[in-house]
Amino acid sequence: MVETMSGVPLDPSYGDGLQPGEFPYTRGLHSTGYRSKLWTMRMFAGFGTATDTNARFHALLRAGGTGLSTAFDMPTLMGRDSDHEWSVGEVGRAGVAVDTLADMEDLFAGIELDKVTTSMTINGPAAILMAMYVAVAEKGGVRRADLGGTIQNDILKEYQAQKEYIFPPRPSVRLVTDLIRFTTAEMPRWHPVSISGYHIREAGSTAAQELAFTLANGFAYVEAAVAAGLDVDDFAPRLSFFFNAHSDFFEEIGKFRAARRIWATWMKDRYGATNPRSLMCRFHTQTAGVSLTAQQPENNIARVAVQALSAVLGGTQSLHTDSFDEALALPTEKAARIALRTQQIVAHETGAASVVDPLGGSHFVEWITDEMERQANEVFDHINQLGDGSMLEGVYAGIEDGYFVGEIADAAYRFEREMNAGRRIIVGVNEFTEGEDDEANLLSIGHETEELQLKRLEEVRGDRDNNAVSASLTALAKAAEQPDVNLMPAIIEAVRTYATEGEIVAALESVFGTYVETAVV
Amino acid sequence: MSDSSSRDSLLSDTDTPIRVVLAKLGLDGHDRGLKVVARTLRDAGMEVIYLGLRQTTDSIVAACEQEDADVIGLSMHNAGHLTLAPRMVQAVNDAGLDVPVVIGGIVPAEDVPILIDIGVAAVLGPGASAEEVVSAVRSVASRQAAAQ
Repeated sequence: MVETMSGVPLDPSYGDGLQPGEFPYTRGLHSTGYRSKLWTMRMFAGFGTATDTNARFHALLRAGGTGLSTAFDMPTLMGRDSDHEWSVGEVGRAGVAVDTLADMEDLFAGIELDKVTTSMTINGPAAILMAMYVAVAEKGGVRRADLGGTIQNDILKEYQAQKEYIFPPRPSVRLVTDLIRFTTAEMPRWHPVSISGYHIREAGSTAAQELAFTLANGFAYVEAAVAAGLDVDDFAPRLSFFFNAHSDFFEEIGKFRAARRIWATWMKDRYGATNPRSLMCRFHTQTAGVSLTAQQPENNIARVAVQALSAVLGGTQSLHTDSFDEALALPTEKAARIALRTQQIVAHETGAASVVDPLGGSHFVEWITDEMERQANEVFDHINQLGDGSMLEGVYAGIEDGYFVGEIADAAYRFEREMNAGRRIIVGVNEFTEGEDDEANLLSIGHETEELQLKRLEEVRGDRDNNAVSASLTALAKAAEQPDVNLMPAIIEAVRTYATEGEIVAALESVFGTYVETAVV
Repeated sequence: MSDSSSRDSLLSDTDTPIRVVLAKLGLDGHDRGLKVVARTLRDAGMEVIYLGLRQTTDSIVAACEQEDADVIGLSMHNAGHLTLAPRMVQAVNDAGLDVPVVIGGIVPAEDVPILIDIGVAAVLGPGASAEEVVSAVRSVASRQAAAQ
């Protein structure tokens, strides 16, 4: 029996008409919401060498965790080895450094990979890291079919917002669909793409743009996978989303509700999906890093709490709450704990998890949900037009002609001007600024990691069979020249020879080329 | 303060606009702030040469020479400033250029004096207003002009 603090018994949901769990899922995917399963409190972390992060993983598992979430450092995310000239100062800094299979073996040493689920936040080189994960598991006697987890593998938003691309869009989308085909056939417990609006919002978009660009990218992947020969219901149940929770409380809730409704409607009507799970927009949410202020940083705890509540009232499946000190540096352990406690307070003290879609039926919330959908539809029309009736071609065209980056930069500048003119108040920044800023206690990461990692890479290069490495890279480049060949098997072969991530990327670049953005201001 | 009127006339942006090269050095892809700064400086009458992402110290020096830049603005969000800023200052000096380097982005307060020490002209932290950005760039450009 669920009741209020005063002892009033509560139904799982309220209201006539559309119920939670009913198509198009505006009111939530399940009729019982968080009563049957609370959202997953998935906190993202990673630092230093693979051995450092492995120790953190073991501590998490001993504490009862079952889900691992991996942050990679910038060189790994960009497909460059730790000894590349661009990597200086970045190795192990914002995540763990992975150059070869040896690092992946260290990262997951002693962990039963069929007993945990692993989330890997990586995009440009996603296929390579996926291959390493499979190779590590199989070396340890775990079948690939028994691996569960998620890989972000959302390359389109990289050209639009996060800018961690390697190859041009079309061959990159081929790698995305190769991974979707591979996991669909061989890894039924794996989620091959997490379609992400988070970074689009952080780069400056409005809520409606975040919604529209993200779902458009989702439609693009669906079209690409169908074009690669898959049936929509074979892979769509494994797609998931990742949204931002910013500070405009009701607009955010409207955005989440509209996302479910639009995805369900399009998947059914436009793409002919029939499996109900193909229609369900499941999403992870993270609070808005960009909303955190360096001034009076403790105020960020309040911002994060309000944003987290909007994600929960919007029906998120999992949530990461930012730490209050992240406008200044990576979070300290204490700040990260407060962020997790914030979620636990929302979950267990506020009653927000007692009733599904508690704001459904509010005149304003229903109106702003409709308004988010209306604005998103305008964007879809534009993209559809750019692509002559294909959302995939429309997204390519929008990347090529600077539509996405232009829209995002315009919105970011508009926000900044409103703030500078005092029309938009940010507490502690342009209003209510009196009061001392305490010296914050910040996390700093030393240079030892870089030295250790460079030494490790040199050792691996010295110990491996270089003939096997070059043979595997030649075979990979050859496979890449044939558009219909799935590249996953050749990439798995290459990582098994301890070819480095940078060498595999170079082999693919020799066929695909390297993407260089046209700088637009 | 006493020379402020002559400095203003000397560097009046309608007269000889200040030319600013803006870039991201290395792998860091956070370009929201730099783009806002580009538009802010442009609206203040300056000429912005926006190089964008994945630049090297060489490509930035080359752009400065080619564009006759008055100021270099670099944006850093990945905690690489203590490694990258000294390299930029060194590269500018090695090329024999007198172009001040301004760093913006996520720089902890304790690192600001270190950066100034190694020759960075100004540091703009998170939350710097448009006015602060414009006046910092004007001020380093005028100091440079006065020194020449």
